[in-house]
Amino acid sequence: MRTTTATTPSLDANGVASRVREFLSGHDPATTDRVEFLRARFDAGLAWVHYPEGLGGLGADPALQQDVDTIFAEAGAPDNRPHLNIIGLGMAAPTILRFGTPEQQRRWLRPLWTGEEIWCQLFSEPGAGSDLANVATSAKRDGDDWVVNGQKVWTSLAHEATWGILVARTDPDQPKHRGLTFFVCDMHARGVDVRPLRQITGESEFNEVYLDGVRIPDEQRLGEVGQGWAVTQNTLMNERVAIGAGTIPRESGAIGELLRVWRERPDVRTPGAFDQVTRFWVEAEVARLTAERLRQQQAAGMPGPEGSGAKLTYARLNQQISSLELDLLGAEGLRYTGYTARRPVLVSPAERPAGWRFLRAKGNSIEGGTSEIMRNIIAERVLGLPPEPRVDKDTAWKDLPR
Amino acid sequence: MIDATPRTGDLLYSEIEEDLRASVRALLEKRSPWDAVLARTESAETTDRELWALLAGEIGCAALAVPEAAGGAGASWREAAVVAEELGRAVAPVPFLGSAGIAVALLLELDQRDLLSGIADGSVVAAVAVPFATPPGAATEWADVSGDRISGVVRGVADAAVADIFLVPTADALYVVDAEAPGLRRTEIVSLDMTRPLVDLVFDGVPARRLAAGAPVSEALTAALRIGAVLLASEQLGVAERCFAMTVQYLTLRRQFGRILGSYQALKHRVADLWVLITQAKAAARYAAECAATASLDLPVAASLAQAHCSTVAQQAAEECVQLHGGIGFTWEHPAHLYLKRAKSSAIALGTPEQHRIILAGLVNIPLPTLNEGS
Repeated sequence: MRTTTATTPSLDANGVASRVREFLSGHDPATTDRVEFLRARFDAGLAWVHYPEGLGGLGADPALQQDVDTIFAEAGAPDNRPHLNIIGLGMAAPTILRFGTPEQQRRWLRPLWTGEEIWCQLFSEPGAGSDLANVATSAKRDGDDWVVNGQKVWTSLAHEATWGILVARTDPDQPKHRGLTFFVCDMHARGVDVRPLRQITGESEFNEVYLDGVRIPDEQRLGEVGQGWAVTQNTLMNERVAIGAGTIPRESGAIGELLRVWRERPDVRTPGAFDQVTRFWVEAEVARLTAERLRQQQAAGMPGPEGSGAKLTYARLNQQISSLELDLLGAEGLRYTGYTARRPVLVSPAERPAGWRFLRAKGNSIEGGTSEIMRNIIAERVLGLPPEPRVDKDTAWKDLPR
Repeated sequence: MIDATPRTGDLLYSEIEEDLRASVRALLEKRSPWDAVLARTESAETTDRELWALLAGEIGCAALAVPEAAGGAGASWREAAVVAEELGRAVAPVPFLGSAGIAVALLLELDQRDLLSGIADGSVVAAVAVPFATPPGAATEWADVSGDRISGVVRGVADAAVADIFLVPTADALYVVDAEAPGLRRTEIVSLDMTRPLVDLVFDGVPARRLAAGAPVSEALTAALRIGAVLLASEQLGVAERCFAMTVQYLTLRRQFGRILGSYQALKHRVADLWVLITQAKAAARYAAECAATASLDLPVAASLAQAHCSTVAQQAAEECVQLHGGIGFTWEHPAHLYLKRAKSSAIALGTPEQHRIILAGLVNIPLPTLNEGS
């Protein structure tokens, strides 16, 4: 394999494409082991081309990634199954890139990208939801290690993860935003106990994670001691971008399911429902165009704050439209497929019954920042309105009422 | 499923469009501040002819969609839509929508180029003699024709108070009528929206010249009203954005109970929701303008979608502007009422949101319910 030593700041689409073809000529997807192929692709800088050289990228324009993925897909190359490692790719990786030491980046990014190591997120707690900075999980220094005690909740993938990104309190004498530190937790370490958390649909997408005297070496700290809130904010920004944006065809998602029922079932059509269906069609199509406009702005180098609005709208429409669909189904809407406790099967929402979609949509306005928090973010960060007066900003965390 | 998703096209503003916006806004801020707009509503001349002469003559606002060969600027409905945004933002009392929008679109559709150059340079104001509430596709057969003389009554026509010519669609033809012709009586009514005065027209054997005949006339009228709907959506976006800016500014200044109003979550969440609606209105209005400019096959969907959404958003923005200003927002001295009246009237104009949703249902295959008698 050819090695590059110099940086490639002006790499264009042709340059990237020729590198992919050169790589494919040396690594036949048909005969190369899947994991070996992905590792070699990472080492060639063709994993995420906008990452730096040596960390799976070429320091290239992120817009070129689409071309790279297309050429690999056309050559029949295996992908890294990104949907199985959403938190790793969408949240942990950018955080490691931004705050990790060179050693940490080398250790974690390659197996993360290849999917050999799955990541989860140990943020929310029973007493720290929207008020995430209120986390009570403690990390106390003991020699070269930190000893962690506490309980995390809403942890997707904890049962499959090798690593978890963890925010914990290292200084309870500081006001709450200042006493936090960000760690990477080995999910197989002694004292980590993952228990399924059963949700409204009957299944367990998420987990509770109990941390009982878990030892985390100091070299698994991301960022400085006490800098955990800044690191967390950065991670969450990536989460909101991941959930809110993306190109979508007309009538995809919940509105498509509703229209399928409406078109196939003349018996469900009533004047009142007709009015609602046409209103939702307008709202869904306008939301789609808004996402499309946001994508155009980003492509033109003018990222707007509209992503927060996209998440709000997506949550509301999913909930209202799935509710109307159940109404249309009437007596059939009274039946559910089964509340048996289990891990969910990974299928697209369209393959789910209407009742499941109605129930699951309730999470859309809670996960990744509640709709109320999203409205605060819009009002304060986009519109510049002042925050509510707060009682918890300058008081030591240990002295706050709870 | 419906057919494949239509191409979205460019939903952003070009540099040329932003320059045009800046010119129009500068002129409006100088010549048509809101207190002057308010004062004019109680004067004898409710339409600002001088302002229109400047907009059309100096900036070329009426010529944008007219081809150069017909005396126009050879731009497109995209640029015209940007002008509409600014006129909405200023609730400017000028006949842009009726003359440079609907009348131009109708004449372009029927290839009647000899009338276009006068409209394009602003020396002639043309109005299509249909009620302002007419949605695209509705029948407008109020006129009786007998030997090229027109009789009949049409009520609530927009941009007609200062019109020099009227374009009169009949069941199967289009006529042009001189506004000063004998037998034509126009009466300005008290309009809900004082900044867009409407007129009732009574035709009593008025001499007319036939411009076109046959089925293309009614198709052309539908297309022209559709262009009107596209421009009106952008105007509504301008109305909404101005109301929103006034509201947010007020919330950052006004104190009650010792706190800036905008620090209360109850109010923050309302304006955040409104902000989301307005970002959506911008996407819908731009998509409609882009479809009009490129003669997209999706234009009928885009126009009705934009009307269904932007009508609602402009009204909500104006209503929130009144409410969140409290007592001052209910007074004659505050501009909010001008915007509320414009917003509510334009929601009805060229079809209500519900009428546009019904049009959409036909276009994208959302079947109407069939009610079984006696079941």
